[in-house]
Amino acid sequence: MKNHVFRPLFVVLGIVVLILLARIVIVPKDFGIHARGYMYGWHRKGNEEDWKNFKVKYQGKEYCKDCHSDKYDSINKTPHRIIQCENCHGPAIDHPSDPPKLTIDRSRALCLRCHFPLPYPSSGRANIRSIDPEQHNPGMECCTCHNPHNPMEGLR
Amino acid sequence: MITRRDFFKKTALSIAGAAIPLAALEIVDPKKLFAEVAAETTSTRWVFLVDTYKCVGCGLCVKACKLENEVPYDANVSRTWVERYVLTKKGHVYADSPKAARDGFTTAKIDLNADGLKDISGEGIEKAFFVPKLCNQCENPPCVQVCPVGATYQTADGVVLVDRTWCIGCGYCIMGCPYGARFFHPVYHTAEKCTFCYHRISKGLKTACVQACPFGARQIGNIKDPNDPVTQIIKTQRVGVLKSEYGTKPQVYYIGLDEEVR
Repeated sequence: MKNHVFRPLFVVLGIVVLILLARIVIVPKDFGIHARGYMYGWHRKGNEEDWKNFKVKYQGKEYCKDCHSDKYDSINKTPHRIIQCENCHGPAIDHPSDPPKLTIDRSRALCLRCHFPLPYPSSGRANIRSIDPEQHNPGMECCTCHNPHNPMEGLR
Repeated sequence: MITRRDFFKKTALSIAGAAIPLAALEIVDPKKLFAEVAAETTSTRWVFLVDTYKCVGCGLCVKACKLENEVPYDANVSRTWVERYVLTKKGHVYADSPKAARDGFTTAKIDLNADGLKDISGEGIEKAFFVPKLCNQCENPPCVQVCPVGATYQTADGVVLVDRTWCIGCGYCIMGCPYGARFFHPVYHTAEKCTFCYHRISKGLKTACVQACPFGARQIGNIKDPNDPVTQIIKTQRVGVLKSEYGTKPQVYYIGLDEEVR
């Protein structure tokens, strides 16, 4: 039997062994099919924890309640009580330690998200009181005259 | 002396032998397999409910989502978006979602992309409404099925996630999603999608978009919990899903869905 005939075969076998060895090193231990089975379940189990440990940034209005009770109580008596503090003040993250001061969005564009007139039938938008921004004191911030924490109290 | 016949026989045998992976030689114990699957089966299946009558198109959900999930704010990509549909009395249908409605809808002009802006207001409108959209967290997710490396997957509680360390950025999942819910993350260059705020719901919080919505148009719930208010609405009221004809079994349910909504 001539040895050179089998040489290519040994090369192929060597490559297969190398791939299998590399696979042991590269593929993480927790990689498998897990709960959702063969078609939808292939993944690295540790990634579920990675996503669960992602940083929460929006804390909700109850987070603001204790220190800013005056604003919390004031807005809760008005139609604006449905709006979260963080929708205008930005995400609290770990306030007051990080960030110590939140950036407040006082732009007209923020108010116009709801108060621009779009009387669309079959949408809740039609029921919101609105102004035409080109006619109604253009260029001025809404909160110059209106108090967003108590919009019904009248102009200031 | 080796004959040609012997050579072919032995070569075929060797290749066949080499082709068997080590995993194939492992004897699978059905009991062990069943126990593994049962241990990971939970009593939770996250679903979403959108009430399109309540949505006013303020876009605060999109703003909250982008900031919560660190999706670059000025890049024109978003995990969730709000579409505006305007149907005129002449029978035309216009739809837009400028900047994914991150800044809401503060004009009556419809953004028709290359065709410019079209001002539609007043008497010409037959019906008009807003439709919030996000990943449908399908029961049969086509995006997961096409992933060649196992980077995107479905958790036991039904949420489809992407492993950023494992994704090779081939984009098959972005093409495979019938809802256009996926995109490339501009920073990580991997496939990106709505996670139902997995870091929030697994801590008992609401998703960022649900919390930010002032009108209660968005709700998240557990369909395996019969006492969940979202489950009760889905089980007892008239709800619809998007593109049910694809067989993906989407798990975002809509109240007030119009046939023009795609």
